[in-house]
Amino acid sequence: MNFSALFWALQVLVGLGLIISATAAIRFKNLISAVIAMAVFSLILSLEFYILQAPDVAIAEAGVGACLTTAMYLLAIKNTTDEEVIE
Amino acid sequence: MTTTIIKTTTRILASLILVFGAYIILHGHLTPGGGFQGGAVFASGLALLIVACEDEIVKKRFEKVPLSPLESIGALGFLGTALLGLMGYTFFKNVIANSGFIFGGKTPIGINPGYLNTGGTLAYMNIFVGMKVLAGLTSIVLIFFLLLGGKKDEW
Repeated sequence: MNFSALFWALQVLVGLGLIISATAAIRFKNLISAVIAMAVFSLILSLEFYILQAPDVAIAEAGVGACLTTAMYLLAIKNTTDEEVIE
Repeated sequence: MTTTIIKTTTRILASLILVFGAYIILHGHLTPGGGFQGGAVFASGLALLIVACEDEIVKKRFEKVPLSPLESIGALGFLGTALLGLMGYTFFKNVIANSGFIFGGKTPIGINPGYLNTGGTLAYMNIFVGMKVLAGLTSIVLIFFLLLGGKKDEW
């Protein structure tokens, strides 16, 4: 069975998901929502790495990008305010 | 960030994430991933344990954990394992492989499913790198939580 067409369609979907989640991370006014959108971006990016046959990079991206940076951002936002302030 | 949802999720998921990180570190020479990836997964499990609890519990839990010595042991152990190759050979020479020591079993020839008791110094280096990475990343999250943690109300 030829999987190339399936993987092509999957890569189009992954690209769309990356664009949508990145736009959401920029557009959200609530900072916690923006951080969660960043985590979703990292998770979809790790799926893309796995499709491109780099499972090492996929594991590192999922561990560091989706979990640890999210925890750090949440801890930083917890000590300030969670609303965007525009001077 | 200590709601019931996060606490219940942590109680179920934290042990699984820690075991998976240890698996990735130990099987670094056989499967995808290695010291850095396994250490990052292990540290994310510990970050989950840090984030989901109150200040006092985290302080009590991580008081006895020697994170800074663990990081130093990781770096020095990696260098020491590399210097082990200088016994008549070159730097980073794999002297433990096929020697009968732990992780030094005889490597079978041909296609095989991969045996844990092979690999020589690679397994030791993976363990040391994983130790260093998990100590470093966990201490970053811990400092974020403890030093910057003000006494604010829950949101």
